[in-house]
Amino acid sequence: MRSVWRTLAPGTARDIGLVCLADTIVGASFGAITVAAGLPLWLPTLLSVVVFAGASQFMFVAIVASGGNPFAAVAAGLLANARHLPFGFAVGDAIGTGWLHRLVGSHLMTDEAVAFTLAQREPDRRRAAYWACALALFGCWNVGVVVGAIGGASIGDTGAFGMDAAFPAVLLALVLPALRQAGMRTPALVGATVAVVAAPFLQAGLPVLLALLGVLVTRAWRVDPHHRESTPEPIREGATP
Amino acid sequence: MTDATGLVVAAAALGAGTFAFRFAGPVLRSRVELSPRLEHVMAVSAVVLLTALVATATLVDDHGFAGAARPAGVAVAGALAWRRAPFVVVVLAAAVTTAALRLVGVP
Repeated sequence: MRSVWRTLAPGTARDIGLVCLADTIVGASFGAITVAAGLPLWLPTLLSVVVFAGASQFMFVAIVASGGNPFAAVAAGLLANARHLPFGFAVGDAIGTGWLHRLVGSHLMTDEAVAFTLAQREPDRRRAAYWACALALFGCWNVGVVVGAIGGASIGDTGAFGMDAAFPAVLLALVLPALRQAGMRTPALVGATVAVVAAPFLQAGLPVLLALLGVLVTRAWRVDPHHRESTPEPIREGATP
Repeated sequence: MTDATGLVVAAAALGAGTFAFRFAGPVLRSRVELSPRLEHVMAVSAVVLLTALVATATLVDDHGFAGAARPAGVAVAGALAWRRAPFVVVVLAAAVTTAALRLVGVP
């Protein structure tokens, strides 16, 4: 893994570090909320290791803690995580070949790792960004969850620190350079609008999947990928200017 | 509430299903040769999904409007990112703006 750190674009390690910090805090709040809801101390850690997908973990705990059916909790979590399927197609090259890479790399897939990967164009840097973000987040998230589960009540409302704004801001910063391009902007804006309009009425996870209508409506596949104008730009050159 | 065994089984089921979603892309990708056109559609799809996540995570909370503080923070972040501010500045500005607004009573 040493080569991963050497190949990272300048500044990317620091950016990933910041995302780790934010996710550690959110992980701590997940641990604290779960235990405060009366669920066992081991549950947040078990979920964080075997599921490792923040939003679905919060949903799972909310449903189970309120006395809901565990099958409903699983179904809700799976719906929220279905977006990993198209993500896997988009970053599969960065995960690498070989079964160990595929098994481990797939399990560690997160929104953040996908966004950092899409921000790079060169294959080596895509791979480095994916693995650095994936491994670092798995470590930080799980440490945060354990600390929160044990520290419990001492962790206040992370909303007071604006942590709920940090997650969309991270993704926005990474995805924005791609949105500067006309070929990307239209499907993305159509998709985002569909998702927001659908969100009050549908189970969480579905609105985001419906956003793929943006790809259909704008017929993105008709854009010639070899045409310079339509090639997806790396989302961020070296992550920082 | 569900007993310990039920929780372990449910957690394992969610973990297994989530892994299947994550694993399918990289494996299927290696089985079939993707045309450059399809590669392009995959890249567009990922950007569309991430943008939709940004929009819903910013505006929606539990099927309702998330309140003004969070969208304001993300808007400041978006403006800074558009002007190519460093990533660290963008993310911290989102958190600080939202936290400051909440401190003065904005929901």
